[in-house]
Amino acid sequence: MKLKKNIAVSEAGLLFNPVTGESFSVNPIGTEILNLLREEKTDEQIRSAILAKYSTDNPTFEKDYQDFIGILSHNNLLENHEETKA
Amino acid sequence: MSKQRYERPVIKKLETGMPNKFGTRTEYQPMTHIDGLAVEKLMKDYGSPLFVISEKTIRKTIQKAKKDFRTRYPRVQFAWSYKTNYLNAICSIFHQEGSWAEVVSGFEYDKAISLGVDGKKIIFNGPEKSEEDLTKAIRNDSLIHIDHLDELYTISELAEKHKARPRVAIRVNMDTGVYPIWDRFGFNYENGQAWDAINKIMHSDTLELVGLHCHIGTFMLAPSAYGIAASKLAELALSVEKKFKHEIKYIDLGGGFASKNTLKGSYLPGSDTNPTFDDFAEAISSSLLNSNFKQEKLPLLILETGRALIDEAGYLLGSVISNKRSSTGRRNTILDIGVNILFTSFWYDHKITPAQAFTHYSEDTCIYGPLCMNIDVIRESVSLPLLNKDDHVVIHHVGAYNMTQWMQFIALRPNVVLIDMDEKPHVIRLRETLDNMNSMEKVPAHLKKFNV
Repeated sequence: MKLKKNIAVSEAGLLFNPVTGESFSVNPIGTEILNLLREEKTDEQIRSAILAKYSTDNPTFEKDYQDFIGILSHNNLLENHEETKA
Repeated sequence: MSKQRYERPVIKKLETGMPNKFGTRTEYQPMTHIDGLAVEKLMKDYGSPLFVISEKTIRKTIQKAKKDFRTRYPRVQFAWSYKTNYLNAICSIFHQEGSWAEVVSGFEYDKAISLGVDGKKIIFNGPEKSEEDLTKAIRNDSLIHIDHLDELYTISELAEKHKARPRVAIRVNMDTGVYPIWDRFGFNYENGQAWDAINKIMHSDTLELVGLHCHIGTFMLAPSAYGIAASKLAELALSVEKKFKHEIKYIDLGGGFASKNTLKGSYLPGSDTNPTFDDFAEAISSSLLNSNFKQEKLPLLILETGRALIDEAGYLLGSVISNKRSSTGRRNTILDIGVNILFTSFWYDHKITPAQAFTHYSEDTCIYGPLCMNIDVIRESVSLPLLNKDDHVVIHHVGAYNMTQWMQFIALRPNVVLIDMDEKPHVIRLRETLDNMNSMEKVPAHLKKFNV
């Protein structure tokens, strides 16, 4: 799973999709995950990175992560959106 | 190194529509303490959900209301509306502040007596008063507000039977410019019913007509309506004096003052727009002072306001059970606070504040309660910071009606804690138990055994 190449994400958490002209705001943890996705980290690597840094547990993060990926997918921000769905 | 506080990842599309110049800000502060006590500690000690009532706020509010009226009109008496919140500790605070008791049932009447309120300082309203209730009220010389002719005749009969002359008032309904007109209580002013009832009382010598009462509505946003009601009752009182040479001792304008809550469908928050005690006092006092009462014969003004005196003092603390998404992608948050204990969520968009630190990121969220019922919705849509499971929230302005209209439905009702003037907590109503509920039930012998 990877973020589309043309998507711009600022450090402050502003995401811009030049194809559709849509803008999004993302919170710091969301921005971290987007950057990890851009680096083509696996789900497991992302999970380990977040759990090492933040005070949460695996089930909570897993649920929130899947929800977050679902919203990214819904907004066509992921490279392999169609493949993921299939 | 300690880990950072977790906040779930969130992405929100930025919409560019017409800005709302009245848009309410979402970056409010977390409510971590109530009257100096930590919300987290209160919930740890007394459970979740938990009602918390601030004695400081109650006293400050009633003292402000009294000041606003007494600086404008010389003779004012508040009577605490029991149905708004009849927890004994709460009633006692109002009685310590000098309020009489205003009750609307035999149960409430007995509650006031059991608290030690002088029967002469109990106002007995309501459409249903049994002969037993009325007999008690007559013996205690309470102020009985007559709702209909059947009641008038019953009181007359009881007065003769007990050789007493009860002190009564009639309840008057009227057009005050607010619609729909509340015409179910008492006798109508415009069509002559009120005058007819007055004639019946004055021509029979069994009852002493001491007052005129009205209850024009609830959550009234127009102080002018009270001004009109005060004028009409003043005119009626002056007509009684002219025709019967009989002085009406008091005018009782009932309750109904709006609190600072926000009614569903309102564009602006109630805390910014709803009238203050000053506004109501100005409208009512002006009407009475501008009427034709002589200075030395101004009637006592009685006010039975409940909601506006207690709503702000009440908080409901609860916890997040879960976050999920609806089929349409909307964020749903489930709290352990349901409509069974927050009845007023049917009327108001209650303000909800997280009880712990949060970032400025927020999401439009639907807040559900824990009940297995589709109607269990606390807020249909509210912009809230990102709440995690087990986070705590504070719901504001819940002091009125919730602790009387709450339902023992699906779950047991929680503890109610009062924070006193010295910032010490007291449980003033214990959490219900299964034993409490079962103690009121009886199972016939043939139903006591089963095999499943």
